[in-house]
Amino acid sequence: MAEIAEGGGGGHSKGKKRAKKGSTRVDMTPMVDLAFLLLTFFVLTSTFSKPKVMSLVYPAKTEDKPEDQQGPKINNAITFLLSEDKIFYYSGQYYPKSAPGPKGPTKLEETDFGPDGVRKLLAEGNKFVLSGKEELQKKLDSKQIQDSVYVNMLTDLKKKDQALKVLIKTDDKAKCKNFIDLIDELKIAEIGVVAPVEIMASELELLKEKLK
Amino acid sequence: MPKIKMPKSSPSIDMTPMVDLAFLLVTFFMLAASFRSSEPVQVEIPTSVSDKIIPSNVIMVTLDKGGRVFFNMTNAEARRELLENMSGKYQVGFTDKHKEEFGFMESFGCTMRELPGYIDLSSEERGRARTLGIPYDSTNNELKDWIYYGNLAALNTGKTLFEEAKKKGDNPNANDFKPKFILRVDNNTLYVQAQAVIDVFRDLNLNNLNFVTSMEMPPKK
Repeated sequence: MAEIAEGGGGGHSKGKKRAKKGSTRVDMTPMVDLAFLLLTFFVLTSTFSKPKVMSLVYPAKTEDKPEDQQGPKINNAITFLLSEDKIFYYSGQYYPKSAPGPKGPTKLEETDFGPDGVRKLLAEGNKFVLSGKEELQKKLDSKQIQDSVYVNMLTDLKKKDQALKVLIKTDDKAKCKNFIDLIDELKIAEIGVVAPVEIMASELELLKEKLK
Repeated sequence: MPKIKMPKSSPSIDMTPMVDLAFLLVTFFMLAASFRSSEPVQVEIPTSVSDKIIPSNVIMVTLDKGGRVFFNMTNAEARRELLENMSGKYQVGFTDKHKEEFGFMESFGCTMRELPGYIDLSSEERGRARTLGIPYDSTNNELKDWIYYGNLAALNTGKTLFEEAKKKGDNPNANDFKPKFILRVDNNTLYVQAQAVIDVFRDLNLNNLNFVTSMEMPPKK
């Protein structure tokens, strides 16, 4: 502490007059207080993670929209139907009750956003791409292929016929969180072809029945 | 016998290292902190594993949980150009002061008629003002015009920036200067409402959209 010499020059000093050594210490407490105050302020106000973006390409709008969006050309598809915090799916083509397919009319299965739900389902359905990706990753790690080649090959792989395609349909109660969560799961499962499409009236009925 | 004077131990501790550390941290946080701008609308952002950072030249449409629509874009110059085009189209007059202010404004969600009055408010008042969002229904689709003219203005300024970069001798990628379209949706916004806004983008043939998300840890393998 910065001290002030106390006791006006004692008259009883016998020896040499010694100049009192001024202490070199400065009281740093206020400065430290301030420093920590600022520190706390910045720690609390700073937002570390900058927001990220997740891109999604929507199908272009065409003037005369063909109604057979799920034509027979899509052979390896899974359709998700979203409602408020609930998710249903069916795989393959949609067969309405009036025109049942080989296994009867389409039935909706319920699943969830947990690790054993959608993620497992997609991982199994998209084994082709996931295992292909692993092989590519190995090649990349052993420097057999370059980064750009890897990226290109992965995109090609995702577009192949054997890769799983996903259609997303929502009812009017689905929230954006549900939608984004699902897209996120699709990204994790390396799904290349994702199409958010309008829900059909018959599908909506099926969904309503399930929700009851 | 002379008394042995015990050296008085000073009660003060050497705080220098602590102060050093404290100031180091203060400096770090000061430099690292990017202040969140005061948006007039609070949005709870969904999470995703995506690690793409938000691009710099963007047109951002915000949807709050009630379905109100807010518009925002970067680049003050482009914003002024946009406002001029919009004022011409909707026959709403703006003073030079309005235009200047508009360049630095945050998201706004009001109709063209309300806009001059809204710009006059201070930024705190804007946060409190309850606006109804930009209309985007088929009879009065102001959002579509905002996006359309915003895109034009952003492309113009992007072009000049691109030319400048080219002159400098850099090898710029033209795509980096084009505006990106960002949708900021709340967790609890109904997807049908988001879909209506997405349809506005799709009507303008802008199909590549980005959703703002916050970082989430990817699942462990």
